[in-house]
Amino acid sequence: MDSEELIRIENLTKAYHVGDITVQALRGVSLSIAKGSFVAIMGPSGSGKSTFMNILGCLDKPTSGSYYLDGVSVGQMERDQLADIRNRKIGFVFQQFNLLARTSALENVELPLLYSGGDQRNHRERAMKALAAVGLADRADHHPSQLSGGQQQRVAIARSLINDPQLILADEPTGALDSRTSIEIMAIFQRLNREQGINIVLVTHEPDIAQYAQRNIHFKDGRVVSDERVAERRQADRELSEMAVEETVA
Amino acid sequence: MNKVIQSMKIAFRALRVNKLRSALTMLGIIIGVGAVIAMVAVGSGATARIQQQIASIGSNVIIVLSGSINTGGIRMGTGNAQTLTEDDGKAIANECPAVQATAPSSRGGAQVVYGNNNWGTQILGTTPDYLTIRDIGIQSGQSFTGSDVDAATKVAMVGKTVIDNLFNGADPVGQVIRIKGVPFTVVATLVSKGQSPTGQDQDDLIIIPISTAKRKVIGSSKSNAQAVQQIMVQGRDGMTKLAEEQVRGLLRQRHKLQPTQDDDFNVRNMEEVFAAQESSAQVMSILLASIASVSLIVGGIGIMNIMLVSVTERTKEIGLRQAVGAKTKDILAQFLVEAVTLSVLGGVIGIALGITASLLISYFAEWSTLVSPGAIVLAFLFSALVGVFFGYYPARKAAFMDPIEALRYE
Ligand SMILES: Nc1ncnc2c1ncn2[C@@H]1O[C@H](COP(=O)(O)OP(=O)(O)O)[C@@H](O)[C@H]1O
Ligand SMILES: [Mg+2]
Repeated sequence: MDSEELIRIENLTKAYHVGDITVQALRGVSLSIAKGSFVAIMGPSGSGKSTFMNILGCLDKPTSGSYYLDGVSVGQMERDQLADIRNRKIGFVFQQFNLLARTSALENVELPLLYSGGDQRNHRERAMKALAAVGLADRADHHPSQLSGGQQQRVAIARSLINDPQLILADEPTGALDSRTSIEIMAIFQRLNREQGINIVLVTHEPDIAQYAQRNIHFKDGRVVSDERVAERRQADRELSEMAVEETVA
Repeated sequence: MNKVIQSMKIAFRALRVNKLRSALTMLGIIIGVGAVIAMVAVGSGATARIQQQIASIGSNVIIVLSGSINTGGIRMGTGNAQTLTEDDGKAIANECPAVQATAPSSRGGAQVVYGNNNWGTQILGTTPDYLTIRDIGIQSGQSFTGSDVDAATKVAMVGKTVIDNLFNGADPVGQVIRIKGVPFTVVATLVSKGQSPTGQDQDDLIIIPISTAKRKVIGSSKSNAQAVQQIMVQGRDGMTKLAEEQVRGLLRQRHKLQPTQDDDFNVRNMEEVFAAQESSAQVMSILLASIASVSLIVGGIGIMNIMLVSVTERTKEIGLRQAVGAKTKDILAQFLVEAVTLSVLGGVIGIALGITASLLISYFAEWSTLVSPGAIVLAFLFSALVGVFFGYYPARKAAFMDPIEALRYE
């Protein structure tokens, strides 16, 4: 296997059984994702995007097919082994942020470290660093209810970063945000991808957002129907500074 | 270790969020543990009281009383008949191998005068062995002796209550008191025994030689100058049962009773009397404690109920923790610690409540209660156990949730 490959998926299927009915959520997906990629997954509702992301994130097991993450076959691992992989290699960003209420931003960011074992001393420091990386160093003591949606999503990104993951999975991360805030989030993702080489896979149904990725994969009825490079990739950082200039002029 | 502290932190935070609910959940355990502590205290108080009774009677004591308690027969017009004699006492001491010592005794009330003070008290006529058998100590002075009994000397040993009421702080030893007008020299004062468990003042008495008592104070029947009311018998260690049989056999023989005739005396093995009381007190305390334990179990079910609610409410949180790497045992530990925190906190408050309740019971109901450290430790451990037992199922339910479904839960 190519060592430049982070993810290799072959003939992946997933079936859900609801009563007597079997729902084929994935019907044979094969693809590979190189290290250092930024991939957007698109497709109509019900096409299997979330199912695919859940398997990618080791939250769920495929019905058949194989999944190699960083050269390791994870498709049929045990519950607790998967938990360990999620903890060390994968960061999650959700549409609804999923922060713990009544818990400070800093403690939310620290959460994955609770399950990492090993050195417990530098938790604070590492969480502060992650918060600083998303520009929220000054909000460490704020609770989620005291933060805007964009800020909450940035806390969630800081949480996903805390264990230096290889892969960040984001299922519709901008779904609950306005367009300006969405661009800010994409700027963070692009920076993490560019500067730290973290792989990013995000699901979106907004074509605009997909343009920030390097590669767009379209799903339909549980299959990949198209897989192409983004011809003119958008740069969130540049757009943001242009907006800032416009605002000062106006 | 760090993990435990972390889990405790998470648990405390979760419990603080719903203070009222946590408090109400704990209430079940508080009441349960409090009730167990108080009930066990009442039970052990009763047991301790009986043990104290045994100690105050003296060890291996058998009391032989004149007359029979079986007053059912027509022949038993002799209820007060003094069928025992001083010689019976001597014979028991000499002829029963299982008997250590005997002391015949007779009592009667009398007015006692010293100087300008007078006091009505109990006069006990007996021999010096009585002090050994009943384990009565001499505070000051010297006990009268066997020769005082033989010579019917007018000497007396006085109890503390009598001293307090007659002597106004003067040293009684060597003083002369008048019992029914007869002058007696005080030769000793007795160590205080305090109240008997049945509320009698055991220090309100004067002990004099039995010979003197019969001649000068209590009097004796004309027909039987030898008669005594009772004989105190002390069995050898571990042989009281045997001693009891030997005493009965000897007395029947001496009193020439036919096999068809009832005893004309009554043998009471004090140890057996108290052992019966003690075991019934123990049965009582076990009964009380088990009734109280039921409320502890009800409290545990309350914890289980709330933990199930809590697990359901926090499904999404559980999903998130699983997503970021919490293993089965991490989630299990989190909810177990939460349940145990509830139950142990409830247990500690319950222990405090139980101690308070037993103090109040002994104060207002005037029952003796005894809160033993063992009961406290046991209650503490038991409440922790209740937490583990009733917290396990909800915690397991949380730990084995499907992460995706949990994350999707609204
Ligand atoms: N837990 C489940 N049980 C049964 N069917 C499911 C479950 N999850 C997803 N599905 C079905 O699988 C298909 C793909 O769903 P999903 O991956 O959520 O699509 P998308 O995220 O692209 O909207 C849909 O038909 C959906 O109804
Ligand atoms: Mg979806």
